[in-house]
Amino acid sequence: MSGSHHDNPYLAHHFDTPRQQLEANKLGIWLFLGQEIMFFSALFVGLMIFRSWYPQMYHTAAHELSVPQGAFNTIVLICSSLTMALAVRWAQMDVPNNNRTVFWLCLATFALAGVFLVVKYFEYSHKIHVGTLPGKFFDPSNPEFPAALKQFDNAKLFFGFYFCLTGLHGIHVLAGMGVIGWIMVRARRNEFNSKNFAAVECVGLYWHLVDLVWIFLFPLLYLVG
Amino acid sequence: MSVAATASGRVPHYLEAGKGIKSWLVTLDHKRIGVMYLWSVLGAFLLGGLAAILVRTELWSTGQTIMDANAYNRMFTLHGAAMVFLFIIPSVPAALGNILLPIMLGAKDVAFPRLNLASYYIYLVGALFALAAIAFGGVDTGWTFYTPYSTSDKVANTAVMMTFAAFVLGFSSIFTGINFIVTVHKLRAPGITWFRMPLFVWAIYSTAILQVLATPVLAITLLLFMVERTFGIGIFDATIGGDPVLFQHFFWFYSHPAVYIMILPGMGIISELTSTFSRRPIFGYTAVAFSSVALAIFSFLVWGHHMFVSGQSEYASALFSFLTFFVALPSGVKMFNWLGTMYKGSISFASPNLYAMAFMFLFSIGGLTGIFLGALSTDVHLTDSYFVVAHFHYVMMGGTIFAFFGGIHYWWPKTFGVTYNEGLAKIAVALQFIGFNITFFSQFILGTRGMPRRYFNYPPDFEELHRISTIGSYIVFAGFLLTAWYLIASLRKEKNAGDNPWHSVALEWQTSSPPPVENFVETPKIKHGPYDYDHPDAAPLVLASASSNRKAS
Ligand SMILES: [Cu+2]
Repeated sequence: MSGSHHDNPYLAHHFDTPRQQLEANKLGIWLFLGQEIMFFSALFVGLMIFRSWYPQMYHTAAHELSVPQGAFNTIVLICSSLTMALAVRWAQMDVPNNNRTVFWLCLATFALAGVFLVVKYFEYSHKIHVGTLPGKFFDPSNPEFPAALKQFDNAKLFFGFYFCLTGLHGIHVLAGMGVIGWIMVRARRNEFNSKNFAAVECVGLYWHLVDLVWIFLFPLLYLVG
Repeated sequence: MSVAATASGRVPHYLEAGKGIKSWLVTLDHKRIGVMYLWSVLGAFLLGGLAAILVRTELWSTGQTIMDANAYNRMFTLHGAAMVFLFIIPSVPAALGNILLPIMLGAKDVAFPRLNLASYYIYLVGALFALAAIAFGGVDTGWTFYTPYSTSDKVANTAVMMTFAAFVLGFSSIFTGINFIVTVHKLRAPGITWFRMPLFVWAIYSTAILQVLATPVLAITLLLFMVERTFGIGIFDATIGGDPVLFQHFFWFYSHPAVYIMILPGMGIISELTSTFSRRPIFGYTAVAFSSVALAIFSFLVWGHHMFVSGQSEYASALFSFLTFFVALPSGVKMFNWLGTMYKGSISFASPNLYAMAFMFLFSIGGLTGIFLGALSTDVHLTDSYFVVAHFHYVMMGGTIFAFFGGIHYWWPKTFGVTYNEGLAKIAVALQFIGFNITFFSQFILGTRGMPRRYFNYPPDFEELHRISTIGSYIVFAGFLLTAWYLIASLRKEKNAGDNPWHSVALEWQTSSPPPVENFVETPKIKHGPYDYDHPDAAPLVLASASSNRKAS
């Protein structure tokens, strides 16, 4: 077998050069992100179709969402994108202790993701409390059910989309915390340097997409209603 | 081409590299993963085929023949779901594509071998859920799971399990697609330019784009279906303002491109077979290559032709109908280029080429009858009739499955190093071809006379044609049992097929059969395309001389 490149511990056996491997990894993650966008797209399309059919109901129901909480979460996620982007940059640099910086930046990203989920928890529990829930849990007989919504018997449609979209996005945030945690473990082992940073970059790209989905979700659900 | 010289004999081939079941279960070798896929999809083919035989047997006479109406509904759903999700979609890409794509590109493996193995296990998990859904009583919605029937109380909750199975299988397909796109972009050996790639690779590449971009829409649709059924969120429920037709839109946004996920790889196989067995360069290579890409693009724009009677707007229907006719262009380009390749070629009637010629005949009928269904005025009468059933069986079975088996026969010596009994293979093709036409041509006639699809019972007038169709299905079944017999028997024989039994100049035949673990002893340097039978460097019979720039005299 030929292949002096087997000396490079970061290079998988079926690649010829590190550059080829890096480009393959990046193309792979971009395709995965493309698939994610298509995955969310049907929900977005559904949301907009029903919005155009029932504008009055959507308008009223959207008022029940807390804009300050949504806006706060938007800022939280944008900040987490910054810390993640910095982590990617540090992973690529051959400076002493760069892995330690990567670790702390990832920890900050992880913590911000946690803050996002805590705020989401408060939003969800409020809706559970007043009965603005999807499907069979939608409960207009709840004493604290918003009075303005009582005239719309199809308001559960809006909350169906709200919970599907934010729920799926929340699952992606959780998955993101999982892979960021994995990067933290690897940074602890000092694995990243200018020859080996593809994992951080790919996780970073994924995390930016998670943020981006929210950046579309927030106005569509909370603001334009 | 200095590859084959050292390949034969010295390096152990991939089947020898590691023994025992564990060496298979944890393998990262694309060829072994492809072989595992091959046996799995053939198992699913058997399951779906048995269901088809039971469906046809039930239709032997009016009223009940061997099962009641509920069992019949579950049986055709089982047939459709198993054939589409467990067999045809993964068949060519995941089995043959996995085995061949890296070899055709001169690569050592696919770009992400672990993801490749993961996709196989995800496929198995999906298959288990599908089997569990059958074991717990089955589903009677048809493979399309249309709302509002599928979300109603009349349908058992096994529907959720079955759609979950399809959801999981989708991710297996997506991961295969990502792997193949990256492999094609980044792992081509030196000298393999885009226009020196085999047309099979172009076809698999176009398919992979569809797998990555269309499948997630099915995933979210099925997820919404599960949420709808479990929590009643109302998106597909007209009683609270939802829209059952939205399900159809979402479903066909995937499932029309899925038709091309199913047929494009088969077309790729036909391009390989036609050139090899006519001993001529493929006619119109660039046109055939781009026709695959064009089909992939058009397939995203025509889903509404499945919904002409759903109540969608007439304007939408007219537009979808108009766009549907465009699909005929790239399909026609392929068909005429294959014929152009065969014209004045020295045509061999080896069994793979018999499959290829059967494909051209059957796919032409399938494609032309598609025009009847794409036209609004005729479709309204033919919708949901046996005409539709016959049409898509001519495309999916007469097209994809015949191509798949042509490919299996062609690359069998490559994959396993053995040859099968050619005489029996010819008999099998004949049985399958004749039986297929008997089965489904009679269904065209039934359809035009008004026999609706999926019905358990029918008027006595239709009995004769139904019986002809059932007899045909038995002949097809016998043909496939024969194929199973001689293929399995061949595996016990000595591996003496030779490296290049078909004398092809394509790259995958320039390494030993079966290939070594990393496919080539050293990375090949490619100087000509896969069909250059008239290129001076392309002299497969003298490759063993290892003189890479030898000119054919
Ligand atoms: Cu279609």
